[in-house]
Amino acid sequence: MKDRRPHRRVLPGFGLTLGFTLLYLSLIVLIPLSTLALETASMGWGPFWATVTSPRVLATYRLTFGASLLAAALNAVFGLAVAWVLVRYRFPGQRLVDALVDLPFALPTAVAGIALTSLYAPNGWLGRPLQEAFGARVAFTPLGIVVALTFIGLPFVVRTLQPVIEDLDAEVEEAAASLGAGRRQTFARVIVPALLPAWITGFALAFARALGEYGSVVFIAGNMPMKTEITSLLIITKLEQYDYAGATAIAVVMLAASFLLLGAVNRLQSWTSRRGAAA
Amino acid sequence: MDEPARGGGVTSSVRSRRALTEPPIVKVALLVVTVVFLAVFLVLPLVAVFTQAFEKGAAAYFAALREPDAWKAIRLTLLTAAIAVPMNLLFGLAASWAIAKFEFPGKGTLLTLIDLPFAVSPVISGMIFVLLFGRQGALGPWLADHDVKIIFAVPGIVLATVFVTFPFVARELIPVMQALGNEEEEAARVLGAGGAQIFLRVTLPNIKWGVLYGVILCNARAMGEFGAVSVVSGHIRGLTNTIPLHVEILYNEYDFQAAFAVASLLAFLAVATLLAKSVVEWRARPAAPRRERLEEAA
Repeated sequence: MKDRRPHRRVLPGFGLTLGFTLLYLSLIVLIPLSTLALETASMGWGPFWATVTSPRVLATYRLTFGASLLAAALNAVFGLAVAWVLVRYRFPGQRLVDALVDLPFALPTAVAGIALTSLYAPNGWLGRPLQEAFGARVAFTPLGIVVALTFIGLPFVVRTLQPVIEDLDAEVEEAAASLGAGRRQTFARVIVPALLPAWITGFALAFARALGEYGSVVFIAGNMPMKTEITSLLIITKLEQYDYAGATAIAVVMLAASFLLLGAVNRLQSWTSRRGAAA
Repeated sequence: MDEPARGGGVTSSVRSRRALTEPPIVKVALLVVTVVFLAVFLVLPLVAVFTQAFEKGAAAYFAALREPDAWKAIRLTLLTAAIAVPMNLLFGLAASWAIAKFEFPGKGTLLTLIDLPFAVSPVISGMIFVLLFGRQGALGPWLADHDVKIIFAVPGIVLATVFVTFPFVARELIPVMQALGNEEEEAARVLGAGGAQIFLRVTLPNIKWGVLYGVILCNARAMGEFGAVSVVSGHIRGLTNTIPLHVEILYNEYDFQAAFAVASLLAFLAVATLLAKSVVEWRARPAAPRRERLEEAA
C-alpha cells in the first residue's frame, strides 16, 4: 500500500502536517462543536420540541427568516446590477468602487450596527427624511433589521456573479444578436440562464449569513420580545439566564437551517461545474 | 470591435452593436442605481462613523481613545489577534501542505470540516465554548475546582476568536498550493534539500502573497469579532472587553461621541484591510502570466 505510488511520498512532512491539522481541527472545532450534540441529546425530545416551538422562539424564527429572505432578495436585485456595472462598464473610480464592495466583510459588525442605527434613527441623516416624507420608521423596527442584513449580505451576490459575468462567452451574445434577438431578449434568454446558478448561490450565501447575524442587527433592532427580537439575541438571553439547554435547542435549529442551505449551495456548485465540464 | 462587420455596411454594424450592449439610457440607469445603492449602504455608514467620532473636535476624539478602559480594550484586542492569527497561520500552512502536496483518503471530508466554522453563526461559535467551559458546562465543575477561569475571562475570548478565524489562512492557501503543483519541491528534494529548506526556499516564495492575503483577512476578523466574543466575555470593563465590546458599552451608555471615536479605530482597520487586500490582489496577479510564459518557453 505504502509503496504503490512511491512518487507521492517524495516530499517530507506528510505525517507531521496532517497530524497537526487533525489535532488542531479536533481541539478548536470538532470537540467544542460536539458539545451541541451532547447537550441536545441529554435534553430529550419532549423538552427540545417544547422549547423550539414556544411562541417567543417561533416569533424570532419568523422575524429572522423573513428579514433574512427580504435582505437576500434585495441583494440579489441590486447585486446583479452592481456586478454587471463593475464587469461590463468603464467609469472613473471603478477600482475604488470594486474594492469598496468588500467593506461589509472588513468592517466589524458592531461598527456597522451603530453606524446604521445612527443613520436610520428618527433624528438621523436618513431616518429623519424617511419619517418626514413617508412616515416610515426604520430603526428599532423590523425594517431596520432588513437594512442591517442587506448591508452585511451585500458582497455575496456581487462577488459570486462577477467572475461568471467575466467568463460569459461574448460569442454567444453575438450569436443571439446576429440571429435577430434584441438586447432584452438576449438578456432574458441567454444571459440570465447562464448566470442563474451563481445568482442563486449568491442569494443563498447572503441568506445563510443573515440568519446567524448578530452584531449589526442588535443595535438597530430594538430587541422587543415577540416584535423585534432576532434568534441570535434570544440565544444570548437564554445563556445569560444559564438556560444552556434552551439556548442549545434554539441554536441547533438555526445551525441545521444553515447547514441545509450551504449543503444545497455545494450541490448546486458541483452540479454546475459538472455541467460546465460536460459542455 | 470597432471595425464594421465585413460586407455588413454601417446600418448592420450599428444594429449588432446595439444588440450587444444595453441602450444608453439603460446603461445610465444601471450606473445610477449602482452608485446610489453603494453610496447609501456602504459610504454613508463609513462617513457617519468618522463624522460622529470628530463631532466634538479632535481633543474629545483623542480623549476618548486615551481613556483607561478604552486603552485596555485596545490592548486586549491586540493580544487576542497576536495569539489567534499566528495559531491559524501555522494551521493554514500545515493543512495546505498536507492537502495540496499529498493524496490521502478522506480529503474531501477534511476540506469540509476546515470550512465548518464559516457555517456556524457568531453567537453559536461563542456558545459552544460556554457549553464546554461555562459554570454549568461539561468541564465547568472541574475548572472551578482547579480555579481555572476560561469563560468570562481572556482565554475564552482568545478561544472564540481562534474558532471564528480558523479557516481564513487555510482556505486561502490550499487552492494556491494546489495550483502550484509539486514539481519545484520535488526537484529541490532530488537535489538534496531538506524539508525545512524546501519549504523556506521553494514553497514560501511562491505562496507569500497568498499567506499575506489570508493573514490580512484573518486579522481583520480577529480584531473585529463581536458576536462570539460577546457571549464568552462577560463584559467586565477594563478586563474582558475588546474594542468592539467597549464600543457597545459606550453606545449603550449614550456616550455616542466616545463610542464612534473608538469605533473609528476599527473603521480605519477596515479601510486599511481593503487597501492591503487590493494591493495584494494587484501584486499577486502578474505572477500567473509569468508562469505561463515559463511553461511556454519550456
